[in-house]
Order: sequence, then C-alpha cells, then structure tokens
Amino acid sequence: MSKQIAYVRTEMLPQQAPPSTSVGAIGWMRANLFSGWLNTAITLVSLLVILTIAVEILPWVLSPTWGGTSLNECRELLAAADHGSGACWGVIRERWIQLLFGFYPPELYWRPILAFVLLALALAPILFADKVPAKLLVFSAAYPFIFPWLLWGGMIWGPLAAAAGFVLGAIAYRVVSGAFSSLLGVIAGVVVALLWWLLLSGFITGLLDSILPIGLEPVESRKFGGFMLSITIGVVAIACSLPLGIVLALGRQSDLMIVKYLCVGFIEFIRGVPLITLLFVASTLLNIFMPPGTNFDIILRVLIMVTLFASAYMAEVIRGGLAALPKGQYEGADSLGLNYWQAQRLIIMPQALKISIPGIVSTFIGVFKDTTLVSIIGLLDPLGLSNAIRADANWNGIVWELYGFIALIFFFFCFGMSRYSMYLERKLQTGHR
Amino acid sequence: MKKSVFFGALTLAGLAAGAAAAGTMDDVKARGKLNCGVSTGLVGFSAPDANGEWGGFDVAVCRAVAAAVLSDPSAVEFVPTTGKTRFTALASGEIDLLARNTTWTFSRDVDLKFEFVGVNYYDGQGFMVPKELGVSSAKELDGATVCIQTGTTTELNLADFFRANNISYEPVPIETNAEAQQQYLAGACDVYTTDASGLAATRATFENPGDHVILPEIISKEPLGPLVRHGDNEWGDVVRWTLNALIAAEEYGITSANIEELSKGTNNPEINRLLGTEGTLGEMLGLDKEWAKRAISAGGNYGEIFAKTIGENTPVGLARGLNAQWTNGGLMYSPPFR
Repeated sequence: MSKQIAYVRTEMLPQQAPPSTSVGAIGWMRANLFSGWLNTAITLVSLLVILTIAVEILPWVLSPTWGGTSLNECRELLAAADHGSGACWGVIRERWIQLLFGFYPPELYWRPILAFVLLALALAPILFADKVPAKLLVFSAAYPFIFPWLLWGGMIWGPLAAAAGFVLGAIAYRVVSGAFSSLLGVIAGVVVALLWWLLLSGFITGLLDSILPIGLEPVESRKFGGFMLSITIGVVAIACSLPLGIVLALGRQSDLMIVKYLCVGFIEFIRGVPLITLLFVASTLLNIFMPPGTNFDIILRVLIMVTLFASAYMAEVIRGGLAALPKGQYEGADSLGLNYWQAQRLIIMPQALKISIPGIVSTFIGVFKDTTLVSIIGLLDPLGLSNAIRADANWNGIVWELYGFIALIFFFFCFGMSRYSMYLERKLQTGHR
Repeated sequence: MKKSVFFGALTLAGLAAGAAAAGTMDDVKARGKLNCGVSTGLVGFSAPDANGEWGGFDVAVCRAVAAAVLSDPSAVEFVPTTGKTRFTALASGEIDLLARNTTWTFSRDVDLKFEFVGVNYYDGQGFMVPKELGVSSAKELDGATVCIQTGTTTELNLADFFRANNISYEPVPIETNAEAQQQYLAGACDVYTTDASGLAATRATFENPGDHVILPEIISKEPLGPLVRHGDNEWGDVVRWTLNALIAAEEYGITSANIEELSKGTNNPEINRLLGTEGTLGEMLGLDKEWAKRAISAGGNYGEIFAKTIGENTPVGLARGLNAQWTNGGLMYSPPFR
C-alpha cells in the first residue's frame, strides 16, 4: 500500500518576487492594455489616434507668438521662426485680464479678488465641515452681505440694513413663537422683515449715508464682464437655487393644496421655458413693463431669472432624492414624535440630499455653463468678450485661441465641482448600497 | 443661504435708480453721462481695446454728441447691444442714442417709432470670392454655395438678387461673422456675402488677402445711421446737427488741427456760424455757442474719423466711395448751417 516517497521538502521556499511581467508598469499594461488580441488592437488604434492628434495640435499650441501685438505680427513671428501654422497667443497676453475682469476699474481689481478669496473662506466650513472649525460658519452667514458690497461698492449701510432685516425677523419669530405658536412666529418674522426692507430701511440707510458716509467707490453693473460676471452669476444662482429648490421640492410634496399647486405650477412653468426666453424677458420685456426711467439693474434681473431657472431644476432633483427614501424613514421619524420640520431636518433631508448629490452638482455645473447665454442679451461674459475682442482690428480673425482659453478656465471650474461631488459622495458613503 | 444677496443688491440698485424722464437732453445733463448703445463688437465701428476703452466709427458719433452736450467726449456710458436687444434698449430709455450700424428702413423709422437722424455710413451688400474661382461678376455665380448670416436682411437681399437674375445658389447658413470667416476659408462655401464694409474687414484678416476679391456688384442699400426715440425732437435735433456738424466740418476744411485757429474768426460766415463766433445756432439747440467746436475737436471731422477708424490706412481699409463729400462725388451732404 504505502508508496515510496522520493523527496519531501522540509522547509518553505523563500518568497520570490513576482515575475516582472505581472508587476509594475509592465504588469499593469499587460493587465489593462494588452490582455487579449482585441484589447491590444484597441490600445494600438487609440495610441495612434492620440499620437496623430498630438502631432497635429502640439505644434499649433507651442507657437512662439506670446509677444505678438496683432494677428499680422503673429504671422510674421511664425514666418520668422519658420514654424508653419500656429496659434496667436499674443491675444491672450494682451486680453487675459479683460477676459477675467471685464471692464472693472483696474485700480479696484482687489475687490473682486478679495470677494472670491473670501468666498472660498466662507464656503470652507460648508464644503469641508469636518476639517474646518465650525466657528467660521458665522463668517459664512455674513458673507452674502459682504459679497455684493465688495463687488458693487457703495455705502456700507445698504448691506447692513439688508442684514438687519433678517435679524429683526429672527427676533420677531423668537418673541411671537414663544408667546403664541410657531406658525404665527414665522408669519410675524416675515412681516417684520418685509416691513423693514420695504418701508424703513431705505429711509434709515439714507439718513446713515448722510451722517456717516462709510463705503467703497460704487461700480456699475455695466463694468462687470468676463469670468467675474460668469462666476458672480454662477455663485449667486447656485447658492440661492439650493435652498429655493429644497423649499419647492417640499412644497410639491406638501399636503397643503395651494402650496402644492403653486410649487407644481412654478416648477413646470419654468422647466417648460428655455433659459434664453427668461433672459430676454429680463433684458427687454421687463424694460417695457416698468415705468420709464426706472433703473432696475440688468445683472440683478439676470441673477433673479437664472436663480429661478436653476431652482426649478433643483427642486426636481431633490424630489428624486425624496422619492428614493424608503417610506420607513418617514414613518420612523413620525414614530419618534418629531414634527414635520424636525423630521425633515434630522432624518429626511440629510438622506435625500446625499442621494441627490450627483444630480445637484450636475445642475450646478449646468447653471455655471449656462451663464454664457447672457452674451445674447449684450452682457459681456467671456464669450461676449471674445466677440468684442475679435472686433479689434488687430485681433479680427482669431477664433480658437480665445475659445480654447475660455474652455480651459470653464473646464477648471466644472472639473473642480465634479471632483468635489465625488469626494463628498465617498465621505458620506455609509454602505447602504 | 445667500438669498440675502438679492436684498443687498436690490438696495444697491435702488440707490442707483434715476429720476423719471423729462426731456432726454435734461436727463443726460442731469446724469452727466450719455448712455450710448453700440454694437457688442464690429471691426472698425465699435470695439473695446485692452483697457476697456471703446473706439470706432460708431463710437465716434457717441463721443461727439457727448462733447457737444456735456463738454466731455469721455462722458459716455457705452451700452453694448446685440441685434436683438438694440431697439428695446432704445425704446425703453435704457440708452439715449443708438449708434450701432443700424440700417435706416421705413418700418424701423415709422413702425418701431424711432427717429433716424442721418446717415453716417452708406453701406451695401457685396460678395467675396476666392480669386482662383475666376469670377469677375456676381452674375456669374450660378450654382454657387453662399455663406450667409441667417435672420438678417442680407439673406432676403440675396434671394431677391439671385431670383431677379434668374440664377441658382445654395445657401450655407451661419450664425456669426467669425463663423463665416472660418467656413469660407475652409472652403465650405464659394462665396461669402455680407455688408461690403464687413467683407473688407474680413478680407483684411486673411493670411493672403490678395487671394480673395470683392465683386463689384453691390446688391442692396444699407444706409447706416444713429437713431433716437420718436417724439423728443429737441434731442433728435441735437444728435442730427452734431452729425451734420462733423460732415460740414470736413466740407469747410475744419480739422482738429486748425479748429483752434479757425474758431478765432474767419472770413467764411458759414464756418463762423458753425464754430459759434457768429450767430446763435448753439442757443437754438439749447446748447452753448461752442457746441460744434467741441464735437469736432472730440475726434476730428467726419473725414478724419473715417480715416482713423475704417479708412484706407487702417486694417479695415475702406475707400470713401459713396461716403465721400458730395463735392467729391459722394453722398455726404450736410444741410447748411444758417
């Protein structure tokens, strides 16, 4: 029965390094690029395509024309360098500041720069809640009043009065809801704030302006342009459309009939109308409706329209998140004895918003890119400016350089937003999927 | 979170709100600035430079009016308008004057309730073809593909011209002049048609302008001029006679170089009346007597403005042609200053 055993290894062999063909760059390529004849073929074809494009485009991009002062001079530079065809980067050198700031007075550039640096600071506690001290939230709350003041300038009392409205409203809410009911408190808060804004604040700011004229040099909306305009419209529309969208989404699911149908009507109307139509309404129709001589700031009109447009889409995205929540979550909240707002705040919204993150961010990105549509109503956003720059006899005929530069900057912002949303999703991932 | 941005901005807008309209001239004087509608960008006619300063042939009209009324050619707020927003901007009072290469037509003057105050450039639609096509007249373009901007009068003119000459063409619709340049150079169309001034400006940007010819036929009348609202005749008069002053100045030989000397008084009563050393023409307009002198000093007379912005020594390189003085066989003719 027993067999003769010729050899038994008594000790373990030392571990050997894996074969060089399965680790490192070669291994990665074997696994990912050349794992079969089909993949190998696709890899080779793709490489060929990439190479061809690079060979075509790189000489065009790497052209020695940074110092050119007109299209013809660029051509002379190219001819002198014996370069063949190439981009004329002189236009970017001469105009990049204009593309960023539009017609904003150069000595005041620090104001938009400061506004956007502070914007990052104000967003930090919201975007990176776990890494930034929560005390910064106070600054975030103050920022909406600092932002327009820095950009548009004027007396400091205007933004302060606007902020005071919120404070007064909050006080009224506290007092009335303590004495009566919370619904009455909300109503009282809103009424007090509106009364302040509509009736009192104008008079008081006027008085304060004359007594204590502290302020920045005012800059008119017409001076706004370039990326500063795009980012301003984008930031305001994004920041305002999220809360508005949440309210609309909740309103659409509400049991109160009037609220529900108002929200449904608003959402469906806005979504049924192209953004360009709304912009034309803002730029031309409103002009005709309003009494002659009224000066209702064009950028403000555009901001309102873009925000309304974005909030209707946002509402539907968030409604999708609400619909995805299992019914048990709502019932669980009820069984804990939470009231409607508590349930929304503590249980429903955190989950619904988490589910909707990709949709919300893609709406944000869409809104930011849609800001270029304002060039159609004569605002000089980057695309509008590119047209104006081409109207300079020196740069007439330049197309790709300008569009390439603008596309690069838009890509930078949109890619950043997209990456952040992926980070947020990973961070909030709780393993339910 | 930032709902309040609205209220902040609303307050600021409220601060900037102007008073209700009286006469346009009083408004302009009270404001200290002339709101002038210009194109968002048209080579030679209006374009901002790297510092954001607007310049060009249409812009010069705005500056002359500002100089006449406000004594400061830089007291102009330029409002860029597109083809779609220009008329509402004027009708609603957002701008006081529109100088945006706008063709004077019956319906714009009568139906849209505007007042064209004159013509500062006589344009017309032309054709550009590559030289190698060997075409010397637009009537030889049978079967050609034509790049044409959609939704403009040029599109209708083109159809009329080809039908009248009983020849066929194939339109290649494009949206902007920049796109047209690319399409035409890429060979997507044999012919590019738009206003002759635009053709010249486009051709000037080509790497080899000599390879392209502009055909002699001009198939439409495009008198371009500044316009104001109907019903405010005092303001219309100011703009009309400012434009006329520029044109007349060229006819009488008043230039930005010799205007100081001439305004001390000359033997020519017409010049004296224009420059305010004789008569009370300025007071009749509601301005002072040196209004025309300031308007001409702002950018020179009509001929100087033309030479500086779109003339033969500029990249646009337009000849005077129809826009020469009537004494030189053109159409520029100012009524007498009397």
